[in-house]
Amino acid sequence: MSAKLVLSGVRKRFGDNEVCKGIDLTVQEGQMVCLIGASGSGKSTLLRCINLLEPVDDGTILLDGRDIAEPGLDPQPVRARIGMVFQSYNLFPHMTAAENVMLAPRRVHGRSRSDLQAPVTALFERFNLGDRMGHYPDQLSGGQQQRVAIIRALAMQPEIMLFDEITSALDPELVGEVLDVLRSLRAEGMTMILATHEMAFAQEVADKVCFLDKGRILEEGPPETIFGAPREARTAAFLSRVL
Amino acid sequence: MSGSETTAGGLSRRAAYEARQRKRAMRVAAGSTAAVVLALVLLVPLAPGWEKVQRSFFNGEVFAKTFPGLLEAFLTNIYIFAWCAPLIAVLGLVIALCRDVRAPALYPLRLFGAIYTDVFRGLPVILVIYLVGFGIPGLGLPRPWNSPYIWGSLALILVYAAYVAEIIRSGIDSIHGSQRAAAASLGLNEKDTMRFVVLPQAIRNVAPANMNMFIALQKDVALLSFIGPVEIFRQAGVYKSLMANFTPYVGAALIFLAVTIPATRYADYLMQKQRRART
Amino acid sequence: MRIAVTSALVATMMASTAMAGGHAGCADGKTLEEGVLTIATGNPAYYPWVLDDAPESGEGFEAAVAYAVAAEMGFEADAVKWVRTSFDEAIQPGAKDFDFNMQQYSITPEREMMIDFSEPYYSSAMAVLTTGAVVDGGAEATIASLKGLKWGAVATTTAVPMIAGLIAPDSDPLLYGDNTDVTAALQAGQIDAALFDLPTALYLSAVVVENGAILGQFPADRSEAPDQFGLLMEDGNALKECVDGALAALKDSGALAELEAQWLQQATGVPVIE
Repeated sequence: MSAKLVLSGVRKRFGDNEVCKGIDLTVQEGQMVCLIGASGSGKSTLLRCINLLEPVDDGTILLDGRDIAEPGLDPQPVRARIGMVFQSYNLFPHMTAAENVMLAPRRVHGRSRSDLQAPVTALFERFNLGDRMGHYPDQLSGGQQQRVAIIRALAMQPEIMLFDEITSALDPELVGEVLDVLRSLRAEGMTMILATHEMAFAQEVADKVCFLDKGRILEEGPPETIFGAPREARTAAFLSRVL
Repeated sequence: MSGSETTAGGLSRRAAYEARQRKRAMRVAAGSTAAVVLALVLLVPLAPGWEKVQRSFFNGEVFAKTFPGLLEAFLTNIYIFAWCAPLIAVLGLVIALCRDVRAPALYPLRLFGAIYTDVFRGLPVILVIYLVGFGIPGLGLPRPWNSPYIWGSLALILVYAAYVAEIIRSGIDSIHGSQRAAAASLGLNEKDTMRFVVLPQAIRNVAPANMNMFIALQKDVALLSFIGPVEIFRQAGVYKSLMANFTPYVGAALIFLAVTIPATRYADYLMQKQRRART
Repeated sequence: MRIAVTSALVATMMASTAMAGGHAGCADGKTLEEGVLTIATGNPAYYPWVLDDAPESGEGFEAAVAYAVAAEMGFEADAVKWVRTSFDEAIQPGAKDFDFNMQQYSITPEREMMIDFSEPYYSSAMAVLTTGAVVDGGAEATIASLKGLKWGAVATTTAVPMIAGLIAPDSDPLLYGDNTDVTAALQAGQIDAALFDLPTALYLSAVVVENGAILGQFPADRSEAPDQFGLLMEDGNALKECVDGALAALKDSGALAELEAQWLQQATGVPVIE
C-alpha cells in the first residue's frame, strides 16, 4: 500500500473563525477513512478543502506526491480526479438522472453521449436504478437521489471519493440502501474519506477512524481502538453521547 | 358500502360539507358582485355630466367607424413587439452575464454591465426613444437606415434589456451555491457551470417575472408613436382629433386589454405553479 | 339716490356701447365670469399666430383677432383673460375653463358633432414644408412628384386627412405630437415633407428648419378639402351667436383682412400645386 493522499498542517479560516487548525492525515490507496466528530468540528470543511472547493490557507495536500494545495494551481483537473457527494445530494433539478451523470464526462472528458450510454447504464443497473435513468430528481426518493449523486461522481472515474454526511438528510429507512453502495465501493477497493454520524457503520467498514474536535484531529486509529478504547477523554465523551 | 362513510352522492361527510360551503360562498360572491354592478349601472348615468361623457367616450357610432382602423394599426404594435422581444431576451442575457464575469481581465465588461443597467433603468423610456429615435438618424444616416422603426425599436430594446438583465441576474443569484459546488466538484469549469447548471435553472425561475416585463413592453410599444410610427395609440389620437371624440381611445384600450389580460393571467398562473413547486 | 345710481349705470353702459360697436351687451350673462372674456390658446402658442408666446400683448394674428372680437363684443382689453389648453382639454366633456379657444382649429363636420365652432376667421392655404436637399433631389410641386415623398404631419391636425385625400402618397405618413417633432424628423431625414398651414410652414422653413424650403401650396380657396379656422366653444354655448356676430362685423368692416395683412406674411412666390 502507498500513500494516496497526505495532508500536513492544513489550515482554513473563515474570517475570525479558524475551522481547520493544522490537520495532518494520511490516506493509503484503497483505504476507507471515517471522520467523526460533533457538528462544527471541521469535518465538512476538511473534505471541501481536499476537493479544492475551499482554498487552503496554509499547509500541503499531496495527491500521489504532488501538492494540490499550492496557491494558483488550476483546481479543475484536480476536482475531476476526486469525486464528492454532498449531504443534500445537490443533483441538478432540471436534468434527468442520466443527464446529471453524463454532464461532467461529456464536458470535462469530452466523451459523447453514445460512448457514455453503456457504462452509465451499467452504473445505474449496478445500484438498482436501471429504471430511473429518465426520471428527474424530484421524481426520486431521497435514497435514490443520493445514489444518483454517487453514480454521478463515479462516472468521472475518480481516484478518491469524498462523502460529506451523505445519509444525514435521509429518512431512516432509506439510509441502508445508500450505505450498501458504500460497502460495494469498499469491496472494489475505492479510496474513500467519509464524514459521518453513522458510528455503527464506521465501526463496521472503516480502516481508520479520525475524531475531529475544534478543528484538529484529536485522535485517530483503527475502529476497534477508537470505539473500544479511546485514548482521549473528549473522544470517549463524544462517543458516549452518540452511541 | 357502509352508509356512515358516504352520503347518497358518494361524497364523504367532509366533502359534502365543503361543497355546501363552496356553493354558499359562490352565492354570496355573485350577490355582492351583482349589487355593485347594479349600483354602477344605475348611479353613474344619474351623474349630471354622464350624457356628455357617454357621447365623448362611449360613442357607438364613432366606435364602429374607427375600430377596424385601430385593429389594423395594432398590427404595427405586434410587428414591433415581435422583433423587439427576442432581441431584448438576447441582449438582457448578455448584459446579465457581463455582470457576472469574475476574471479580472474581463472587469471592463462587468463595469459596462453595471453602468448599462444603471443608466437605462434610470431613464424614462420616452426620453430614450426621443434621444435614440431622433438623435442617431440625425447624424446623417441614409434611408432606410434612419427609420424610426429601427431606432425606436433599438431604444425599447436598450431599456428593456436593462430590466431583463437585472431579472436574469436575480435568477442567477437565486441558484443556491451548492449547485455551483456540485458542478465544480465534478470538474466543470465556470463557463460550463453557468451554461449547463446555473442558467437553465435561473431562467426558468424568472420566467414569470420576465413575462411581466414583456407585457409591459407590449404596452410601451405605443411610445414609439412619438417619433412617427402610426401604431394603435397614434391612430386613436388621429381619430380623436378628427372627430373631437375620445371613443377611439376606449377602442384602443379594449384591444390592449384583449391581449394583456390573458397574458397577465398566464404569467400569474406560471408564478403560482412555481410557488407550489417550491413548497 | 336710487335715480342717481341708475343713471350712472346707464351712462357707463352707453359709454361702453359707443366704444365697442354693435354687439356690446350680447355676451351679458353668457361668459364664464361676468364682465370678463376668457380666451384659451395653445401651450405654447406658436408664431405667427401669437408672438413670443404672449397673447396678452395682442401681437400675432390670433392674439390680434381675439382682442378685436372681444372689443366687438363689448369687452375692453383688460377684461380679456387668457388661459392655456391642449387640444384634448379643449374637447373633453364637462365644464370648460374658457369662453372660446383659438389655436388654428380647423372646422370639420365630424368635430362639429361634438363641439361648436364660430364662423371661420381664417381660410388657410396648406403648404408643403421640406428641405433644400429634397428639392435638390428633384421634388417638384406636382401631385405626381409629391406622391413619391415620405410624408409627416402633426397627428392632431387636419393635415393628416389632407395628405391622404389630396396627395395619397405611396407610403404611409409618419405622425407626430407637435411641430417640433415634425421638424426634428425632417431634419433627421426620416421624412421628406410635411403639410402645415401656410403661415406656420413659412415660419418653420424660415426660422426653425435648417435649409428649410416651401415646395408649394394648396391655395386657401381650393374647393376640395378646404381648411378654415374657427373659434372652438363648448357644444351649445350661448355665446356662439354673439361671437359670430362680432366676426361678421369684423369681416364686413375689412378689419379682419387688415389684421391678416398685418400679421400673416403674404405667400408670394409659393407655387400652387397642380
